[in-house]
Amino acid sequence: MASHGIKDQVAIIGMGCTRFGEHWDKSLEDLIIEAAEETTKSAGIEAESIDAFWFGTSQSAASGISLATPLRISGKPVTRVENYCATGSEALRQACYAVASGAYDSAMALGAEKVKDSGYQGLNAFPMPTDGTNRTLTAAAMFSLILPAYAKRYEVDEDELRYVIARIAEKNHSNGAKNELAQFRREVSAEKICEMPSIAGRLSVMDCAGVADGAAAAIVVRAEDALKYTDKPLYVKALSLVAGDSSGLVDPDFDFTTLPECVDAAHDAYSQAGIKDPKKELAMAEVHDCFTPTEMILMEDLGFCEKGTAWQEVLNGTFDIDGELPVNTDGGLKAFGHPVGASGLRMFYETWLQLRSEAPNDRSISLESAKQALVHNLGGYPGEMVSFVGIVGSEIS
Amino acid sequence: MEVHGIISYGTYIPRGCLSRSSIVEFTGKGSGEGTRSVASYDENTTTMGVEAARNALHNSEVDLKKLYFTTVMPAYMDKTNATNIHAALQLDDFVETVDFGNSTRSAVGALSVALESGSSTLAVTADLRTGPSGSTEESAGGDAATAFLIGTEEQGKLLAEYLGGVSITSDFTDRWRVPGEPYSQVWEERFGEQVYVPLVDRAWNEALNRVGMKTEDVNTVLVAGLHSRSVAKSISLLDIKVPDDLTGRIGNTGATHPSLLLANFLDDAEADQTVALIVLADGCDILFFRTTQEVENRKSSNSISDQIDDQYPVPYGKYLSWRGLLDSQLPNRPPPVRPSSSAAKRRNDWKMGFVGSKDNTTGIIHMPPSRIGIKGGDLDDMEKLPMANAIGTIETMTVDNLVYSPNSPVVFAVVNFKGGGRLPVELTDTDSEKVDIGDQVEMTFRCLYTADGIHNYFWKAKPITKRKGKS
Repeated sequence: MASHGIKDQVAIIGMGCTRFGEHWDKSLEDLIIEAAEETTKSAGIEAESIDAFWFGTSQSAASGISLATPLRISGKPVTRVENYCATGSEALRQACYAVASGAYDSAMALGAEKVKDSGYQGLNAFPMPTDGTNRTLTAAAMFSLILPAYAKRYEVDEDELRYVIARIAEKNHSNGAKNELAQFRREVSAEKICEMPSIAGRLSVMDCAGVADGAAAAIVVRAEDALKYTDKPLYVKALSLVAGDSSGLVDPDFDFTTLPECVDAAHDAYSQAGIKDPKKELAMAEVHDCFTPTEMILMEDLGFCEKGTAWQEVLNGTFDIDGELPVNTDGGLKAFGHPVGASGLRMFYETWLQLRSEAPNDRSISLESAKQALVHNLGGYPGEMVSFVGIVGSEIS
Repeated sequence: MEVHGIISYGTYIPRGCLSRSSIVEFTGKGSGEGTRSVASYDENTTTMGVEAARNALHNSEVDLKKLYFTTVMPAYMDKTNATNIHAALQLDDFVETVDFGNSTRSAVGALSVALESGSSTLAVTADLRTGPSGSTEESAGGDAATAFLIGTEEQGKLLAEYLGGVSITSDFTDRWRVPGEPYSQVWEERFGEQVYVPLVDRAWNEALNRVGMKTEDVNTVLVAGLHSRSVAKSISLLDIKVPDDLTGRIGNTGATHPSLLLANFLDDAEADQTVALIVLADGCDILFFRTTQEVENRKSSNSISDQIDDQYPVPYGKYLSWRGLLDSQLPNRPPPVRPSSSAAKRRNDWKMGFVGSKDNTTGIIHMPPSRIGIKGGDLDDMEKLPMANAIGTIETMTVDNLVYSPNSPVVFAVVNFKGGGRLPVELTDTDSEKVDIGDQVEMTFRCLYTADGIHNYFWKAKPITKRKGKS
């Protein structure tokens, strides 16, 4: 048994993404139609000619019917997928495998979320009946556990770390300010972020992803057919998904300074893509910065730097847009916003723009030394999560 | 006849205490002296009863046959509250488990029934007292629970023998409450006083007569109930010791108060002392006990005065909010949904009893219990492992200002237990200023929230106080 991957067997030939934000005037259906229209236009094909659909939504709708109805898809397979906040990338993963298997010539993955109709702050709640003993803590509080644990393990002053994570927010807001689709487009200084009141542990509201409505989509075909649709396809190099068994919540040895599911998914993805030195071989990375401490430890878990050094690398600017490995060049979840089911596909959308040199000049990255990009998308909490790592490239290797 | 008496007992005084001067500051009324105990927002009479019962049964090897629970503030009607306590204590299914209730008098009634029966019985009492803002009922009331393990010499060594007693009934309207009302009302004090003083006189003589004792045989008298001060004053004329009645520091804990006074007496008692417990409620009940050498031999733990020392002040506004007398703004998150009764029943040991599981192959402790282990082992090869008495250490922690809670912010910790096992769990009876990584915690039975009238009982961790940490 092994994870073989489908390197260079499938290509993305079209993508679309709505603006993320508080779309009081748009329904889930409106967002789906907008993303689907842009994506089919981008690929130069009609929705009717797509063979199969995967619809990712975490909390906004159920079943394939929720995609088939607004797009009026009839007589086609449409599957709804859900994998917490990794729902969007999961939809793409399913679509890619379906095409790679030969079952279909083309497939669409579309992720969408409508969270701003609940009247509450934050994401919608999952109202499954339980015995009532489940933890009810917010995601912000769960991820805030990383900071004191990291400070203790690597003997870094907590105030210093507080500044480090503010620096991550500053970077992502700076990138988001240059992105017209982003929810938040104002730059904020790390110093100002440090002054904000805490809402969960040491985290302030500026350490949390924006809660947004939005949708994003991709169309995939077999790699050998890609050039029929576009002269700049993105080839899928790796798709890895790891679901944890929640043992971090049971095992006294788990110390909240690493996300083992992400380490495993990254390892698998690098193996599928044949990547030995991610920092050198990747042109950029889109990672799941649901909260700023998450991005910090992901830099270690994804192999971009040594354990215990991410905080220094952040301060050194390694992951800035002009740094050695730009991370979250579109603003990330932090500034672009986080419509749960759409986020994974939104990350691929940024790689689509960057690797095809279509990103706006003020945030375009250098492609001189590398032409591959990484997408990392997670769902759940430290100790109990699903993690996706995907790699795409503009060239067949 | 077999010798009946008290084998063990436990008390529970909530950690919260309200200074009466803070009531005066707010309402401009009252005397402002002393404090009263205050059950936290996540406590009710059932959870307090569980804690008292845990203290009573600590290290006990008595084969318990009956569990009685008495309160005038039941968490449920129709459904038995004692069964919640039974589940939390993980008692045998064949332990007869029933509620007594409705009136404060039922508490001494339950104790008396237990003392007269030959079965080993745990008599648990809890009460939660409040009144309109600024009222005497509010400032003079208190919240507490007790549990007395009653049995015969054969069932366990007795701390005190039961010598007998008397119950005299007098029907008049002194304190009353219509079902559903949040607090009771009282008739003019002078009336009650003048009924009770002669009533106690009659009961006292009849009681002595029945047990074959004289007034001078009695060393101490404990008086509980309305007008206890006037009665105590007339008793003290008999030249018998009447100890402090705890109302200054804890308040009058209603149905719990008689047994609370008895427990307080036993906390410091010497051997061969005869004590009379006088209960004034719709008549007068008198019970006589004589302490044995065992009260001096046993290791004392968690006495009432120790628990008072552990208390922390609760602001008056918070107290009003906890009792539902002041609406306060909750975080803008969806309120919790009621727990599923069938799902809760399937995991009753975990939810109510805090029972985890231990893998027979790897020895790893799983909380909640699991059918397959995190590091190997066979399917369904775990044994039940009660964790309610385990001591834990805070591995890492956070404060959640966003989550829905009647007492935001929530302090939450990842707790590793001595001897193995981990649980990320909410902390209670503390705030973020008072607790830190590395601190020790113990488990406590609480009501997380109530939805659709269903109380969601589960366990939280609370910091071990400095006093206990040292011992």
